[in-house]
Amino acid sequence: MSSITPPNALAEADVQLDGDYKYGFVTNIASDVVPPGLSEDVIRHISGKKGEPEFMLAWRLKAFQRWKEMREPRWAHVTYPPIDYQGISYYAAPKQKEKLASLDEVDPELLATFEKLGIPLSEQKLLANVAVDAVFDSVSVATTFKAKLAEVGIIFCSFSDAVKNHPDLVRKYLGSVVPYSDNFFSALNSAVFSDGSFVYIPKGVRCPMELSTYFRINERNTGQFERTLIVADEGSYVSYLEGCTAPMRDENQLHAAVVELVALPGAIIKYSTVQNWYPGDKEGRGGIYNFVTKRGKCFERAKISWTQVETGSAITWKYPSVILQGDDSVGEFYSVAVTNNMQQADTGTKMLHLGKNTKSTIVSKGISAGKSSNAYRGQVLINQRATGARNHSQCDSLLIGDKCGAHTFPYIDVKNAASTVEHEASTSKIGEDQLFYLRQRGLSEEDAVSMIVNGFCKDVFRELPMEFAVEAQKLLAVSLEGSVG
Amino acid sequence: MLVIKDLHARVDGKEILRGVNLTVKPGEVHAIMGPNAAGKSTLAKVLAGREEYEVTQGSVTLDGKSLLELAPEERAREGVFMSFQYPVEIPGVTNAYFMRSAVNAHRKHRGEPELDAGAFLKLARENMKLVAMDEKMLNRAVNEGFSGGERKRNEIFQMAMLAPKLAVLDETDSGLDIDALRIVASGVNALRSPDRALIVITHYQRLLDYLVPDITHVLLGGRIVKTAGKELALELEKRGYEWLQQGAQA
Repeated sequence: MSSITPPNALAEADVQLDGDYKYGFVTNIASDVVPPGLSEDVIRHISGKKGEPEFMLAWRLKAFQRWKEMREPRWAHVTYPPIDYQGISYYAAPKQKEKLASLDEVDPELLATFEKLGIPLSEQKLLANVAVDAVFDSVSVATTFKAKLAEVGIIFCSFSDAVKNHPDLVRKYLGSVVPYSDNFFSALNSAVFSDGSFVYIPKGVRCPMELSTYFRINERNTGQFERTLIVADEGSYVSYLEGCTAPMRDENQLHAAVVELVALPGAIIKYSTVQNWYPGDKEGRGGIYNFVTKRGKCFERAKISWTQVETGSAITWKYPSVILQGDDSVGEFYSVAVTNNMQQADTGTKMLHLGKNTKSTIVSKGISAGKSSNAYRGQVLINQRATGARNHSQCDSLLIGDKCGAHTFPYIDVKNAASTVEHEASTSKIGEDQLFYLRQRGLSEEDAVSMIVNGFCKDVFRELPMEFAVEAQKLLAVSLEGSVG
Repeated sequence: MLVIKDLHARVDGKEILRGVNLTVKPGEVHAIMGPNAAGKSTLAKVLAGREEYEVTQGSVTLDGKSLLELAPEERAREGVFMSFQYPVEIPGVTNAYFMRSAVNAHRKHRGEPELDAGAFLKLARENMKLVAMDEKMLNRAVNEGFSGGERKRNEIFQMAMLAPKLAVLDETDSGLDIDALRIVASGVNALRSPDRALIVITHYQRLLDYLVPDITHVLLGGRIVKTAGKELALELEKRGYEWLQQGAQA
């Protein structure tokens, strides 16, 4: 088993929420930015810039047509001013000479940025066993460890490279789990996505290391639309880590990613996210609008496990889901969502039981502080033919202070009587009694809050790769700094 | 060691302590008795620094150092321990993790190196024996699903781990059957030492059968109205508190 090195960007726990967001620096690199606005021409330009094959452009244009007919969803428990989609620039690539053969050729300033983020790009980090596909704004800058992975036939590359080098795989699976027409944001992403990550694990291969991608929004006023596609072939295994940070900006920035997972028969995909986009300041100025579509499809006996720790973004709209299509497949969703100050989160999952004896587990922990709003929204569907299907859901909310809100919206739809669905929910408040108890034993107030919150999240953290879990705990402590007292 | 002078405190605008004077020397065990609402638990919480209680007058010093300006955790690190009447649950946090963090917070305060997992475990095992606690309790979440007796034993275990200068035991006997009471009392007795002071707050004499005080006080109407030796507890058991009430109001 390989060991994991934590992404240090998250390891540095000294991020302050109040105007001192540690990752709030801007890199000065001349950008190749498309003027704001969205049209067929812009899409053709993006596709052309990337040298895409015809099928890609055709797909983008269909998505754009569909998007124009769609309306922004309004059912989520969040409020924000209207987004001007024509005011956004849809493509920003750091200007660089040409494709780079080694890290030495990468713009030193870019490398310095990664250094600040703590992304282990350098070759010495090989020992760390983390392969990083770093996405700087929209273009993948460097992909490490490709060679080592290639030895066992694993493809881990930027989406653009996959389109060029593995068009058949992309063509076969792109949109097979999240069709471009799925929802407003997925249609937008399909039309304009600029890059992302692609993973293919061949039959029977157990990926020898944790795969990890860093996304970073840098360019002012550019939405970021990545697309991730992971295909785990029969009987294979992969664990994928995704971490996100964004620099501080006054304007809100749109982030509409799509992640598609395909777990072929007997495959296992574990997808872990630590999301720490800029949440905005105390008054709710700035911050990322995070509208993400994440979904996986399980064939027979396959398993997909989503684990997420969401502490950032002004608005989070995200429902990592699993389509349990094959018999005996398993879906899991473990989530910690933290909101502080003016943050709003509407997050949860969908477990769609189509096959027989399919099983799903949902553990959601929402923590609200400040004046924030935190909603869990989950759907469990048991279809007619899903005999023997089982679901267990547990949704707990923890409130810190008395100005925040927690909401739970469970939708349960059972069409087969020979199935089991259980739902448990609780809401509690960090008690003065608990805090005082821990402080009386000598723990500082902050350590006490962090201990209580981490205890509350334990069921989720233990699903994370260990070092990632340590970082998640630190991040949580930081996100909630100053939320008590 | 502990000197309380003319201590007044109120909660929600209501004055509960109305001029408490008390001096406790190292090695001594003081019992504080009194009827409901006399201010016994308030005194414990004020000593530990619970913020809802507002101190309006008076002083509290431990070895000459004023406690009232200190945050609860600072008082704890200075050596003030309080055993809670109703120890709360901390779900998802193991006893071991909690205690190791606490012990290390104390050690850090004293400029000592932190205990590693092995050293901590060794110390914890020794101290668990004092209150006949099963080692499995270390890996259970703090007080979660603990019986009343287990909670109180856990309190005394924590006291042993933190080795305070001053321990205030708030109604440690409440909710205990006689066997548990004996175990808890013997644990506390084992922790008596010439440089440690104990304040035992209780309603009833029965705890004091096992945990024999040097001095007994009666707290009534927010003041200490009578101070005597251990025999006072027995007298109170027979006569109740009413005969002291007149004195308190005078």
